[in-house]
Amino acid sequence: MATQETPIDNGVNVQALLDARNALTDAPEAAQFTWRANTEWQRGTHSNSTIETFFGLGGEQTHRSSFSYDADHPEVFASEDNGPTPVEFVLVGLGACLTAGIAAVAQNRGIQLNSVKATIEGNMDILGILGGDPDVRNGFNDIKVKYQIDADASPEEIQGLVAQSQKRSAVFDAITNPTNITVEVN
Amino acid sequence: MTGSRRAVRTTTVIVGAGHTGLAVSHFLTQRSIAHVVIERGEVANAWRTQRWDSLRLLTPNWQSRLPGYAYDGDQPDGFMTMPEVIGFIDGYAAAIDAPVLTGTTVTSVRQVDGGYRVETDKGVFEAPTVMLASGAYNRASLPAIATEVPETITNVTPLAYRRPADLPDGAVLVVGASATGIQLADEIHRSGRPVTLAVGEHVRMPRTYRGLDVMWWMDRAGVLDEGLDDIDDLIRGRNIPSPQLVGTPDRSTLDLNALTDAGIELVGRLSALRDGVALFSGSLRNKCELADLKLARLLDRFDEWALSTGIDGDLEPPNRPAPTRVAADPRLKLDLRGGEISTIVWATGFSADYSWLEVPVLDRKGRLKHDGGVVTGAPGLYAIGLNLLRRRKSSFIHGAEDDARDLTDHLAAFVDGVARRDPAAPVT
Repeated sequence: MATQETPIDNGVNVQALLDARNALTDAPEAAQFTWRANTEWQRGTHSNSTIETFFGLGGEQTHRSSFSYDADHPEVFASEDNGPTPVEFVLVGLGACLTAGIAAVAQNRGIQLNSVKATIEGNMDILGILGGDPDVRNGFNDIKVKYQIDADASPEEIQGLVAQSQKRSAVFDAITNPTNITVEVN
Repeated sequence: MTGSRRAVRTTTVIVGAGHTGLAVSHFLTQRSIAHVVIERGEVANAWRTQRWDSLRLLTPNWQSRLPGYAYDGDQPDGFMTMPEVIGFIDGYAAAIDAPVLTGTTVTSVRQVDGGYRVETDKGVFEAPTVMLASGAYNRASLPAIATEVPETITNVTPLAYRRPADLPDGAVLVVGASATGIQLADEIHRSGRPVTLAVGEHVRMPRTYRGLDVMWWMDRAGVLDEGLDDIDDLIRGRNIPSPQLVGTPDRSTLDLNALTDAGIELVGRLSALRDGVALFSGSLRNKCELADLKLARLLDRFDEWALSTGIDGDLEPPNRPAPTRVAADPRLKLDLRGGEISTIVWATGFSADYSWLEVPVLDRKGRLKHDGGVVTGAPGLYAIGLNLLRRRKSSFIHGAEDDARDLTDHLAAFVDGVARRDPAAPVT
């Protein structure tokens, strides 16, 4: 009995991405994007941020809907814990970015993913943010990401997916390399 | 007045008398196409003037071959020193009796009616075709942040570097871990200067595998003959850094583990300078893992090829190199103001110098737009010797032959077409 091979489907439109790369290589100005979040203080350490629009492909773009996020600090910091701490949002960004990358790379390499789970841990000495020790940095000392991946592929191929995803990840780059930040007040 | 100078007419002007320009000259001579090879210095100029003392070719002697000419010494597995390379290319120029004008610098190439006008400091040439064989590596590419280095630091490029003794005393930061970076890091470290090596994306390669040179494997397994159709991502392919190889008489492997063993400190890619402090990327572990995985795939390919050709049993067992060791907590910062670091060596790649090319054929990054060496939008203009021009071996000495043959085929057909359209045109 002839068996039909099921096409690989991780839900990623790789062709669209490859077409976009070709188009943007010829029109590099359209590749300039600006990502945007609006944050408003609520009370204490609680803030609310909304994300709705961004700029790219030469014009203003709008998400399908507005997204809203509360951020706060936990009760052990004497806060009300109305949402994750900002540094946890950084971990969310890293995990989401690497995982999206794994799906895209797997699709491009013809690898079917069955499940992808990750635990992302950022280690931090909070004496830095408390100003208690000038030798301690504010940010993470290091970040560890542990993936559990079930895919129709060899362990080496899965390792390759995860490595390639880091190579092409915007958030991995944003965290591992310095970025100039300008903060203005008016 | 340059404009009024009478131009010498020929069919092809070849810019550069390195191995690629000479290989093209060989095929043009075979076809009796009139040409001249213009060389700013002497034959094999870059090999004479832009290489460090200890450098040897990365390819074994048996691989040193040009059309109708090959290494015939008694050490086929050795690696040529620079004087030997110069002798080899000099010998080729004499053997093919190439029409080389040495000591002649091209000052401009531009389009005119019927082809190109090539102005030099010794005279003007006009020809329907021009072959750019001026080299892909005549300029050291430095990142923009190189201009922010404190003034107390000595900056050195691989084109100017000759030997460790020329450097000031003190510690050295080598930026870049391709073939150049690892070789310079190693020899500078051996001179007694502490070395920190900033490692970004790199290509790991053992000198020998299963007892045979990696270039033998690359050659026999068909890797070096892969053409543009075999490579699914040409942007990436043309930007792959040179493999971490060194050519030494003992055929030793110089990889990051060997450098760590020697006492060189590995850090991530140099990503920024802030107030005189170098900041390194936290991506070192990922870059090393990517290189290890890529190497494993290459060695898998070698093993599969050995099995398929039936030689597997005759070879040493497939012993794989140990994974690259990365410190638990690689350094992220290095203060360049403290006086500890005296020198930065920028082994950050090279680019071609087209400052004299007044034909609009460069892309926004200053690279030549071409299809396999046929320059885009400039009929009759060709290029050779660029990385992955037509094949993986395009940037190797022995890669010149197939590329030169293909491009002279194209060039000859173009010249025939010009002659048919204008029978009076003086194309020989």
